[in-house]
Amino acid sequence: MSTIKIRAKESKGAVTVKALMKHPMETGQRKDKKTGGKIPAHFIQEVVGKANGDEVITVHWGPAVSKNPYLTFVYSGSKGDKVELKWTDNKGNTDSKIAEVK
Amino acid sequence: MNRRNFLKNSLMTAATITTLAGLMIKPKRVYAGWPKESFDITDLSESIKSVYGHDNLEESSKVKLKVPDIAENGAIVPVNVKTSLDNVESIMLFVENNPQPLSSGYNFSSKSRPIIGTRIKMGKTSTVMAAVKSNGKIYTSAKEVKITIGGCGG
Amino acid sequence: MKINFSNFFAISFLLVSVGVYASPEEDRELFHDHFEKLFPNTEYSDYKNGVYSIDSSSREQWESIEDFPPYEINVENGEELFNTPFKNGNTYAQCFENGGIGIRQNYPFFDEDKNMVMTLELAINNCRKKNGEKPLSYYKGGPMADISAYMAYTSRGNKINLEIPNNQKALEAYEHGKKLYFTKVGQLNFSCADCHVYKTGIKLRADIPSPAIGHTTHFPAYRSGAGRLVTLHERFAGCLSRVRHKPFKAQNEEYRNLEYFITYMSNGLEINGPGSRK
Repeated sequence: MSTIKIRAKESKGAVTVKALMKHPMETGQRKDKKTGGKIPAHFIQEVVGKANGDEVITVHWGPAVSKNPYLTFVYSGSKGDKVELKWTDNKGNTDSKIAEVK
Repeated sequence: MNRRNFLKNSLMTAATITTLAGLMIKPKRVYAGWPKESFDITDLSESIKSVYGHDNLEESSKVKLKVPDIAENGAIVPVNVKTSLDNVESIMLFVENNPQPLSSGYNFSSKSRPIIGTRIKMGKTSTVMAAVKSNGKIYTSAKEVKITIGGCGG
Repeated sequence: MKINFSNFFAISFLLVSVGVYASPEEDRELFHDHFEKLFPNTEYSDYKNGVYSIDSSSREQWESIEDFPPYEINVENGEELFNTPFKNGNTYAQCFENGGIGIRQNYPFFDEDKNMVMTLELAINNCRKKNGEKPLSYYKGGPMADISAYMAYTSRGNKINLEIPNNQKALEAYEHGKKLYFTKVGQLNFSCADCHVYKTGIKLRADIPSPAIGHTTHFPAYRSGAGRLVTLHERFAGCLSRVRHKPFKAQNEEYRNLEYFITYMSNGLEINGPGSRK
């Protein structure tokens, strides 16, 4: 199962992309109740949004973005565009997904 | 050629070049990688300087920042920013009283419209500031978001 | 917010007086009248939205989150789990009417064979047991919450219409749930009703307690603070801990009967689970 859910809709030449990503977004400041030690930071650092292969947005996130992060952005495009989102976290994990603009 | 026509022509040429550039050149990123240093800084003005190289900010009613007055829960605070400024390179979100004020950054290409939304974490009541880089200048809008200590909820 | 004292006494008297039992339907009407007077601007159907039906300032934030809620990930995972056959080849769908789709509103019900209130989550685990699988935990989100969320999601818009059978045991279960709802417990000496009937709409520390009607429509709920789904019985446990009472175990008789009572109070409301809550 992909960790990314995308909704992309065009209206009057503007494509609104909304996305939800499954990720713990650990700040590195929370304590593990059992061990008392800090839970290591684990968060998405970069999300790159492309439309038909062209980069439209590069997002940089810090650890203070909510768990299962949400992103919305808008670009000039049309129905049928292939929107791709790719995230990379601080441990080097990555996932991507392509959705068609409706 | 009178002055008006000259201006009109050069503007049209400029517009044509911009359009062509938009078609031909792939948009480049504002900065190469994730700016670790900026994200690590714990002081707001240092954080701003680290992102822009200076802290010349100008408050602008053209930057629309939408945040709740009182957050239901600091774990999920919806933030929306849009602006009518043109040639927007980036939007940055700063939360003054978070351990690290730089919350997130959004770097645009020529295709992007300067509208973003996300959900952020806030540890305590703080000013949230959206900073828009447009034509090389930094325009801001800031609002206070109250974080209350809830007991129940639901 | 003014407390309507005449109503306060009416409810306490009718619902709690020992020996003077109103019928469930009379209880429900009394509840409705109470909330109608307290929140004249809230449509009955809107109580499915919990505290947001009475608190417009937090509603906007909630709607912003509900536009693309974090629990969509759980619903998707729940669907996958629901459709994954057990080791013996059977599926969850075989344990439920209509293949388990669109049936959330039929739970809880009084199971006259077992002489007990049957909840959806207990039925999910009974289904697993019948097929030789280990039961799932009712706590800390995970597969149980995800499956329950998926089953609620397929039932959105279906109305709760809990009927209490003409059976002494069923009525006893209802009365037991009602009694628990109105009994003060814990070191802080609070009943469920203290917050959710009498003090709803008023700030309790920084929170406005949600109205008692509509409590079961949107579970499991994705709690922002927890960052995950919370089942109804885990939520009950949270409430009891808050008033410093030792929580019961999920799916024990107390919680099932409590769920039975508050679901009856929500008759006529649509299922809209899972829901996001602060």
